Amino acid sequence: MDLRRRRKLINFVALLLSMLAVAFGLFWLFWILIDVFQLGVSAIQWSLFTQMTPPPGSEGGLLNAIAGSLIQVGLATLIGTPFGVLAGVYLAEYGGHTWLGKTTLFINDILLSAPSIVIGLFVYAVYVSQVKHFSALAGVFALALLVIPVVIRTTENMLVLVPDSLREAVFALGTPKWKVITKVTLRASMAGIVTGILLAVARISGETAPLLFTSLSNQFWTLDLDKPMATLPVTIFKFAMSPFADWQRMAWAGVFLITLGVLGLNILARVFFRQKR
Amino acid sequence: MNETMTNDLPAAALTTQISFRNFNFYYGKYHALKTINLDIFRTQVTAFIGPSGCGKSTLLRTMNRMYDLYPDQRAEGSLLLDGMDILDKSVDINLLRARVGMVFQKPTPFPMSIYDNIAFGVNLQERLSRGQMEDRVEWALKKAALWDEVKNILNQSGMSLSGGQQQRLCIARGIAVKPEVLLLDEPTSALDPISTMRIEELIAELKAEFTIVIVTHNMQQAARRSDYTAYMYLGELVEYGVTDQIFIKPQKKQTEDYITGRFG
Repeated sequence: MDLRRRRKLINFVALLLSMLAVAFGLFWLFWILIDVFQLGVSAIQWSLFTQMTPPPGSEGGLLNAIAGSLIQVGLATLIGTPFGVLAGVYLAEYGGHTWLGKTTLFINDILLSAPSIVIGLFVYAVYVSQVKHFSALAGVFALALLVIPVVIRTTENMLVLVPDSLREAVFALGTPKWKVITKVTLRASMAGIVTGILLAVARISGETAPLLFTSLSNQFWTLDLDKPMATLPVTIFKFAMSPFADWQRMAWAGVFLITLGVLGLNILARVFFRQKR
Repeated sequence: MNETMTNDLPAAALTTQISFRNFNFYYGKYHALKTINLDIFRTQVTAFIGPSGCGKSTLLRTMNRMYDLYPDQRAEGSLLLDGMDILDKSVDINLLRARVGMVFQKPTPFPMSIYDNIAFGVNLQERLSRGQMEDRVEWALKKAALWDEVKNILNQSGMSLSGGQQQRLCIARGIAVKPEVLLLDEPTSALDPISTMRIEELIAELKAEFTIVIVTHNMQQAARRSDYTAYMYLGELVEYGVTDQIFIKPQKKQTEDYITGRFG
């Protein structure tokens, strides 16, 4: 009886501690979300989506920053995904056990956790400082470098999860290896890989540091990839640090938009993953 | 022919399809199959029995060179399929596997529709028109006794079927490419008794057209469904012969002990 009471007590204490930890984490998360929604929603108005970023004191919107973000994040994903998927296929299906494969995975894991500002500085050093001007293209490179390790890791992980029994069954029909991969194993892990790509998109759409050294920002509308281009995160950074009340309000609106976008992507990833499972 | 074949062997009508000669197999340094000599006859059901780890699955998986997927596994000796040594480096493995199909222990439907599960293998070997392919899919599903259950849901995912249906789908997929030999690696061990019965009936029908080799842990299954039985122990072929004789009057004490359940 004594033993039972002791067990119950220990159970109670452990449960209490873990629930407190959950509450602690959620508390801050909800505080942030509530703040973003309160300050963000009130700053949302139609002109945000139709006008360019204004000088302090005048009317304006975030159109160039929204477009810039979509363009740079979109291109970075388009460039990063094929590299990531192909490298992931190599690691999972061909070279995983070789010296080269193991080293690549190790380096990839380092890249995965590298601070994004390092990537920004790297692109600045090898590209921006050579051509001597900031450009959207440099921003795209920096973001793509952030996408690649995430996609490599998820692709590799998802392919390794495909059971060898399935692989053997495909080979047993006399299937060449490239067809085994393209028609079956990639297909079997498609939901996981797409989820990984969506999460990578979510991650880079909020990145500020790598863009400060690459695409910088631009007050005006531009589609020229060789020119500096505005993005939501950098605009938020610039506006939120400013002493002007209308810029600060607009920064909150930007924060709200990004939060909504990332939240949407995460939900989409989750739904997609569950459906395909 | 050799000392393990002590029982009365083939009636004149039987022809040899696969023969192992001084066959050895290694997992790295581990000697898994020791000097196997064995003839498998055309359009007969041959069962491999023996305790776990005796090498029966290993032996089965050499006939379509499944072990090629794993670099540390290798075979020595000779393994003839219709007189051609399939261990030879020049053998086209994909063609070999089209001739020697395989069904595994766990059902392994591909992540695609029921129709595509069948068409997949056929497309690798032949160019068929749409109509021909539809006929082939229907033929294979009928052979596998699955047609009536899936004829209206051919576009559904193969993974949505029950375990027993999935296994019949895998059999249909295997025979759709019209192989000569069908290897079955404990095909019913993950299934319920009713599904098991259906698969067993299927084996009895399929042997009219295919040479079937089956690995099983189920003694009754071997006795009921096979024409020839090989008893293996610790990587050696202990006894091989007509199933009735192996089960009624085994020549070796060891075989008798295993079959009667005193050991294994």
